[in-house]
This record gives sequence, structure tokens and C-alpha cells, in this order.
Amino acid sequence: MSTPILSVRDLVVEFPTRRGTLRALDKVSFDIAEGEVLGMVGESGAGKSLTGAAIIGLLEPPGRVAGGEILLRGERIDNLPPEKMRRIRGRRIGMVFQDPLTSLNPLYTVAEQLIETIRTHIDLSEKDARKRAVALLDRVGIPAAARRIDDYPHHFSGGMRQRVVIALALAAEPELVIADEPTTALDVSVQAQIIDVLKEICAERGASVMLITHDMGVIAETADRVAVLYAGRLAEIGPVRDVIQRAEHPYTVGLMGSIPTLTQTADRLTQIPGSMPRLNAIPQGCAFNPRCTRVFDRCKVDRPELIARAGGRQMACWLYDAAVQGEAENV
Amino acid sequence: MIAFILRRLVQSVIVMLAVALVSFALFRFVGDPIASMVGQEVTLAERAEIREALGLNDPFIVQFWNFIARAATGDFGISYRLQQPVMELILSRLPATLELALVSGILAFAFGVGFGVYTALRRGSWVSGTIMTVSLIGVSLPTFLIGVLLIWVFAVELQWLPSFGRGETVYIGNWWRTGLLTESGRASLILPAITLGLYQMTLIMRLVRAEMLEVLRTDYIKFARARGLSNRAVHFGHALKNTLVPVITITGLQMGSIIAFSIITETVFQWPGVGALFIRSVQFVDVPVMAAYLMLIALVFVVINLIVDLLYYAVDPRLRVDRANAKS
Ligand SMILES: Nc1ncnc2c1ncn2[C@@H]1O[C@H](COP(=O)(O)OP(=O)(O)OP(=O)(O)O)[C@@H](O)[C@H]1O
Ligand code: SF4
Ligand SMILES: [Mg+2]
Repeated sequence: MSTPILSVRDLVVEFPTRRGTLRALDKVSFDIAEGEVLGMVGESGAGKSLTGAAIIGLLEPPGRVAGGEILLRGERIDNLPPEKMRRIRGRRIGMVFQDPLTSLNPLYTVAEQLIETIRTHIDLSEKDARKRAVALLDRVGIPAAARRIDDYPHHFSGGMRQRVVIALALAAEPELVIADEPTTALDVSVQAQIIDVLKEICAERGASVMLITHDMGVIAETADRVAVLYAGRLAEIGPVRDVIQRAEHPYTVGLMGSIPTLTQTADRLTQIPGSMPRLNAIPQGCAFNPRCTRVFDRCKVDRPELIARAGGRQMACWLYDAAVQGEAENV
Repeated sequence: MIAFILRRLVQSVIVMLAVALVSFALFRFVGDPIASMVGQEVTLAERAEIREALGLNDPFIVQFWNFIARAATGDFGISYRLQQPVMELILSRLPATLELALVSGILAFAFGVGFGVYTALRRGSWVSGTIMTVSLIGVSLPTFLIGVLLIWVFAVELQWLPSFGRGETVYIGNWWRTGLLTESGRASLILPAITLGLYQMTLIMRLVRAEMLEVLRTDYIKFARARGLSNRAVHFGHALKNTLVPVITITGLQMGSIIAFSIITETVFQWPGVGALFIRSVQFVDVPVMAAYLMLIALVFVVINLIVDLLYYAVDPRLRVDRANAKS
């Protein structure tokens, strides 16, 4: 297997506060392979955005990476000096944020923002950068790109603005794109188009994607693998098919129960009874144990580590610990 | 755009009319204009005659109309105290005030924005802390005290700068007397300009700082960072420009206050401007000068307001009604 584009190893993110240190990400580990789309799901506050921010080096102080490492094509990037990390942002890792209405600077035209971004990373003349910008806009599906490029962001609709945002994130052809709920703020009617554009272009360029979303439907259609985050810990990670169709981790099973269907339109993952613990009140053992339907003694004492299973699946649940399985089979 | 300007112009005219009414009321209700104009020995009959001749017996609306008509041509009558046309008096002193206000305004803006940006970007450094603390003092000390302190330190103790007056002045054209072209003129300007501008400077600085911190938290700044733009581009290209949009308005309006507040500074430094003229006029109940000064200040505010609106328009594309608006 070739080196993954991104490797996150035992990532710990902490927020020092007056009343002790909050651990918002606790030993999160995953890889993203070349050209792969990794979906990342979890309830609000699970730490999805923080994972993205940590990777791209934009955690807001006092938040900080307190442990583990992040590797981009095998090279550590979590301890780079700021200036080096800046050159990676945009150039090697692109980021798309949730709200296209606020992601663009209202005082600059789309052309100005695109050209600035392109020229920050690639040695091009103003004219060539502009050509490239127009081509990009055209590629993300802005009609009459050559003309519209000189418009200000407020001249575009939400969906069109998110296309512009994608063009900006991809302007310097990054190898990895982190998209943090890129369609949550958009009209339902354009969500699928935006995901398609993002997916297509990344596929074309062989870029990998980390797609953060609440929408299991989008994950099912778009991602190759999916990571399930719970209370700052990885509950499960594996190929989308397996995780969705043969959900095994009790939390994932609960999540799947909350996928909206045609008859029922719950759009948030809220159908598991109870709520995710606050960071200062994460229970001992498995973080999910107060809500788990299959909880047993060990869950309340020891924290389950990710356990490798068949088909490249990994799961943090004592139910799938070899020893326990043995016990279960014997009963 | 045209409609916007027209609307603003109409508003300005209404404001000016309101101020004119106040100025006019001064004539009617502050002191007896006849008594102010003539001596003790003039008889009652003669006084009645003058009253009639001056139109003081006309209906209110006629008098007000005449007042506006004359004011519009710059005719505010004769100063009771100095027996000179009011307009002439004011014009001869206006350059002194405008030069002082302009220099203070520029100082206040330049240092206000500079310190504001610095303290926003270097939050928590001891230099920022010091600037913020000193600025608090700047806001809370009254202007005249600052003026007196500056005079005491730099004019009396150190003897670096003159303590009063405008220094040597020369004419530009046939009526603008400037102090900017002579060394003593420039030296004389420093202390009053600092005194007058200090308060506005701290205001602008605090505004810029607050606004900048706000902007630095926005999504588009996060996105700009996520695209790998340099700190310089993010801070000065993106954040500062957005910070300045609201700051321009306030600063512009501060220019009006600077001119209005120059009264105190001019008095402390015996600066021969319109503010000092106004103070003397109040002491002598010189109503025509007071009325003219009021109108002048109102005019300054109105004009500045207009300019600020236009600037705002130029800076913020969202306000512009251009071709693309029809599209979306
Ligand atoms: N400045 C901070 N201080 C303390 N805790 C913080 C801070 N910022 C974020 N957190 C915590 O980190 C956790 C993860 O936040 P994150 O934004 O990554 O959630 P998320 O999974 O992206 O949720 P959402 O779906 O709502 O976007 C949250 O529990 C939040 O309370
Ligand atoms: S470890 Fe125990 S509590 Fe946690 S998910 Fe598995 S069964 Fe439930
Ligand atoms: Mg989030």
C-alpha cells in the first residue's frame, strides 16, 4: 500500500480553561488514501470541525494539538513553523467551509480573491492567473464565467457562491480537500449539485477529500470510507458500504436509524435517546456507555481502543474485542 | 445613485433649515437687537423707526424668509461688537480653524488607525496594554487640561514649542492666511493639533481595534487563512479594508466635531480661529456672529455627512447599484 495522503495518529486537541483542560479530540487516528473520499460523521460537537482545523493548522487559541501527529504524505505537518504551514494551506490542503454567504470577502470581486489566491501559491503573471481563474470558475459551473468573474460575492446566489468557494479552495490544486459541511447552509435543491461538483473535480485531479457532514445520505453516495466520531473519539471507521449496510458499532447502528427517509424527514442525527456528554463530563470507559443499548460491565471501566476487523473496518467497542467475542460465542 | 444623492441633499436642506430657525430665534429672543445696535441717547420714537426699517415688525415667516435669503448669500449682518460684516470676520478667521482641524484630523486618523490595528493584532502584548491604558487617560482628561499640560511641559518647561498664537503667517491667494508655510507657523500648530486631536484619536483607535477584532473572527478571514494567504495579505489586505468601512463614517463625522470642539483648544492656545471668535461673541452677546457660527458649523456637519456617505458608497460595493444588481 502506498503512503496515505494524510495520516492522523493519536491526535489529541485540548482547550486549557480556568476549570481544567478540556480534551476535545482524544487519540483520533485515521488515514486518507490517495484519491479517496473519507466521510466524517457525528453529532454536533463531536469534534469534526476541530479535526479539520487541527489538520490545516488553524485551531483557534487556546485550542492546541496536545498529542499525536499529523502526516501529509508521510511528513509531519503538525509541528511545522507557521510560515511553512501557511504554504501548505491552500497549496496542498484546501478547505471549504460551511457558509458560502460569509466565506467570501464582500469588498473584493471574485476575480481579485481568486487571482490573489492563485498568485500566492503559483508563480504566474496577473494575466495568466486570471485566465486560470476564469477556467476554474467555468469548471465549477458558473455560467458566463469570463464576465461574472468581476462581480462581487453579493451578486451571486448561495449555491453559486459555494461554487466560487470551491474554486478558491481548489485554486492551487491541493492534494487534499477538507470540506466542512459544504452544503448545510444551502438550499436543499442545490446541495446535490455542489457535492457533485466537488466530487467530480477532486476525482479528476486525483485529490483526496475529507467530507464532514451530518447527512448520511451524502456519505452513502459520495464517500469511499466513513469515520464516525463520538465525543472526540473515533467510534468506527471503515468502507461506506459495510458501515452503513451492516452497522455493528452500537452508536453507528443508532446513527443509521436516524437517516432520513422519504417518509420521515429528520435531518439531524438526534434519534438516539440522550445526548452526547459535555467535554468535562465524559464518562469513564466507553464514552457512549450511558446511551448504549448493549452496554456491559467492562464498558464502564476501560476505554475500548480501535480494533481491526475484517474488510478494513476498525471499531472501538468491547463487543468486538476478540476475547469478548469468544465469550459471547461460548454462551 | 442619483436618487440616493438627491435624497441626501433634501435631508441636508431640511437640517440646514432647522438650524437656521434656531439661529434666527437667537436674534429674536437673545437680547434686544436695537439696544445692541444703538446708543443710550436714541429716543424711543427713533428706536421704533429703526425697528420698522429693519423689518422687525414684519410677520415671523417673512422675517425668517428674509433671514434665510440673506444667509444664503452669506449676509449675516454686521457684528455688534466689531462693527464689521460678520461674513468677513468669519472668513478671515476660518483658515486658522480649518488648518488646525485638518492637521488634527489627519493626526487622529493616522495614529488612531495605526494604534488600533497594532493593538488588535498584538493583543496581550505589553506595548498594546500600555497604549490602551494611555488611551483611557486620553479619553477621560478634559481637552483644556490636556492643552494646559502640554503647554506646561513643552512650552514652559522644555521651551520647545510656542504656547499660543499661530506664529508667522503668509497669504495664499488674497484671503487665505496660512501658518503651514512658515517654520514658526508649523511649530505653533503642533501643540493645539495634538490637544484637539487626542480625544478623536483615542476614539478612532478604540473603534478600529474593536472593529478589527470583530473582522478577524469572521468566516472570510478564516477562509483567507485557510487558502494560505500571508499574514500581511490577511491583516492589511482583507481585515483592514473591512475594518475601515465603518471607521470611515465615524472618522468623517469626527471631523465635524473637531471643528466644533476647536472652540476650547482655540481658547486655550489663543488660536485666532472662528472658535475663539465665537467665544468672544458669546461673552458680548454678539448675536449675528453667534448665528453665523451656528450655521457654519451646521453646514460643515452636513457637507461632511454627504462626503462620508459618498465615500461609504465608493468603498462598499454592496451599496452600489450597478449593472449586476439587475442580474441577481
Ligand atoms: N474555544 C473552545 N473552548 C472550549 N471548547 C471548545 C472550543 N471550541 C470548540 N470546543 C469544543 O470542541 C468540541 C468539538 O467542536 P466541533 O466544532 O469540532 O464540533 P463539530 O463536530 O464540528 O460540530 P458541528 O456539527 O456542530 O459543527 C465541542 O464540544 C466544543 O464544545
Ligand atoms: S464499548 Fe460498550 S458501551 Fe461502548 S459502544 Fe460498545 S457496547 Fe456500547
Ligand atoms: Mg462543525
